[in-house]
Amino acid sequence: MNLQFLVDGLLTGSIIGLGAIGVTLTYSILRFSNFAHGEFISWGAYATLFTSGILGWAMGGAVPAIGPFSFGWTLLVAAVFAMALTGLLALGLDYVLFRHLRRRANAITAVMASFGASMALRSLLEFFFTSSPTYFSKKLQIAKQLGLGIRATPDQMVLIGLTAALVLSIHLLLTRTQTGRSMRAVSENPDLARVAGIDVARIVNITWMIGGALACAAGIMVGLLVQIRPYMGFDLLLPLFAAAILGGIGSVPGALIGGLIVGLAEAVAVQTVGAEWRAAIAFLLLIVVLIVRPSGLFGVRS
Amino acid sequence: MLDLLNLGLAGYIAFFLATALSYSILCLGLNLQWGQTGLFNVGVAGFAAVGAYTSAILTTPPSDMHFGGFGLPIVVGWGGAMLVSAAVTGFIGLATLRLRSDYLAIATFGVAVTIQLVALNAQWLTGGPFGIGFIPRMFGGLAGNALAFNFANLATIAVVVLVLYLALERLVRSPWGRVLRAVREDEEAATSLGKSPARYRLQAFVLGGAIMGLGGAVQAHFIGFIAPENYLPTLTFQVWTMLIIGGSGNNLGAILGGVVIWALWALSGSAIQAIFPPEQQARAAALQITGIGVLLSVALILRPRGLLGEKIIVSRHMDLADTLAPPASAKAE
Repeated sequence: MNLQFLVDGLLTGSIIGLGAIGVTLTYSILRFSNFAHGEFISWGAYATLFTSGILGWAMGGAVPAIGPFSFGWTLLVAAVFAMALTGLLALGLDYVLFRHLRRRANAITAVMASFGASMALRSLLEFFFTSSPTYFSKKLQIAKQLGLGIRATPDQMVLIGLTAALVLSIHLLLTRTQTGRSMRAVSENPDLARVAGIDVARIVNITWMIGGALACAAGIMVGLLVQIRPYMGFDLLLPLFAAAILGGIGSVPGALIGGLIVGLAEAVAVQTVGAEWRAAIAFLLLIVVLIVRPSGLFGVRS
Repeated sequence: MLDLLNLGLAGYIAFFLATALSYSILCLGLNLQWGQTGLFNVGVAGFAAVGAYTSAILTTPPSDMHFGGFGLPIVVGWGGAMLVSAAVTGFIGLATLRLRSDYLAIATFGVAVTIQLVALNAQWLTGGPFGIGFIPRMFGGLAGNALAFNFANLATIAVVVLVLYLALERLVRSPWGRVLRAVREDEEAATSLGKSPARYRLQAFVLGGAIMGLGGAVQAHFIGFIAPENYLPTLTFQVWTMLIIGGSGNNLGAILGGVVIWALWALSGSAIQAIFPPEQQARAAALQITGIGVLLSVALILRPRGLLGEKIIVSRHMDLADTLAPPASAKAE
C-alpha cells in the first residue's frame, strides 16, 4: 500500500479536526448540535477570498507569493480578518436565532433551526458567488519527495504545522486560563456556574467566536488544498459530527484525534474502495461508535 | 415529462395538488415521528429515496441499466417500499434511539447522505447518476389525455392521504398514541408507569419511516422517473418546513403544510423565472431555499405551533384543564 495516504489523511484530518473542535464546544457548552457549523467553514473561506481580493486590489495587483508557498501576505492578513468575521457571523446567528430557542424546553428546536440556517446560508453563498468552484491561487505547487514514497507540497506542510499550533493554543486556553476554566464549568453545569458568579452569556459568546474562527481556518485549508465552493462546508458536516462524537463530546484533544482518525480512514478508503465512497466512511465510523461506545474515546458523558 | 403549457388551468391545478399531496404523505410520516413522538429525523430524503427506488425496482420491466426490473404491480411496489424503508429506519432506530436526541438527528442525517451516495454510485443497483426511468405510472393508459391523467392521479394520491390520515388519527387517539406523547413530554413519568420508552419510540420511528417510503414510492410512480439528485437534503428541509408551518403534532396541519409550502415553492419558482434573465435563473433559484430557510427560522421563533397547532388529544375521560399545563421538562438554559 502506498504510504501517501498518511499525508492525505493527516491533512483531511486536520481540516475535520478544526471544524470538530467548534462542534464539540458548541455541543458541550450550548447543548445542541449545530448543523450550520459547516456553513461557517464555507463562509470563512469566501470571507478570506473576498478580503484578500480587496487587499490585492488595494495594493494594485496580485502580491507575490511568500517563498515556496502558493499565497502572499495578503492571504495571511485576510485569514486573520476572516477568522474574526466568521466568529462574528456565528455570534450574529446566535443573536438572531439560537438565543431565542436555546431557552425552550425542547432544545432540539435549536437543532432544527440550525438545519434551516445552514440551508439559508449555503444558498446565499450560491447566489452571491455561484456554485462554480474557485481558488485562492491558480499557482501550481510542486510536491517534494519526503522518502518512503510520500510527497507533500510546501503548503501542505505549513498547514499541518499551523493546525498543530492553533489546536495547541486552544487547548492551553481551555486548560490554563480563567476563561477556559469558566468554559468547562459552564459545560459541566450552567446553573451552578452562574451561581458561582460566572458570566454565562460571555462564555457563550467566546464559544461562538472560537468555533467560528476555527471553522474559518478549516475553510481556508480546504480552499488552499482543494477548492472553494458553496457546498464545501456542508459536505464536511458528517465527518465533523463523526469526529466530535468519536473523540468524545466536549473534549478538544478528542475532537482533533477523532478528526485525524476520520481523515485517515477516508484516505485509506479512497485508495482501496474508491473516492466515490469517501462520504460513507464518516457515517460507518459514526454508527460503529454509537453502537460500541457512544461516549467516544475521551468522553465522560454519554 | 408533462407538457405543462398544454395542460390548461384545471389540469395544472390537478398536477400541482397531486404533487403537493405526495409531499403531504412524507409530512404525515414525519409528524408521527416528530410531532407525536419527538424524534428528530433529518434523513427524510433518504427514507423517501429507499421507498422510491424499491418500488421502481420492483415494478419496472426488466432492464440492464439497474437491478431487476421485476415488472410487478404498482401496489406490490408500494408495499415493498414501506417494508424496506421500515427495515432501514429500524436499523438506525436500534442503533441510536437509546441515546441523546441529537445523536438520532446526526445519524439520520448520515444515513440520508449515505443512501444518496448509494443511489449515485451503485450503478448495478440503482442505475447510478442516470436514475431509473420507465417507472409504471398510475393510469398510464390515460397519458394521452393530460387532464384525465392528472385528475386520476390526484384522486389516487388524495385517497392514499385520506386513508393515512384516518389511520393516523385513530392511532393518535388510541392508548398507543397517548403513550407516544407521554414519552415525548416526560420520559421518566412514562417509564414509571411501566411503559418502555425505547420500544414505543422505535415503533413510531419505524412506522413513520414506512410512511415516508410510501410517499417516495407514490412520487416516483406519479412522475415516472427518479434520479439521485431528487433526494438531496433540500427535500428533507422542505418536508420539515411543511410540517412546522402546517403545525407539527397535527395530522391535518401536516397535510395543509405540504400544500401551502409547495404552493409557495411553485410561486417563488415562477417569480424567479419572470424576474431573472435565463442565464441567472440557476443562481437565483438558491434564493428560494434561502427564503424557505428564513421562513422556517422565523416560524420556529414566532409561531412554533404552525398554522394548525397540536390539538389537545387525551382520553375523553380526563379533565381538559390538567392537560393544558406546560411540559414538566421545561428547564432554564
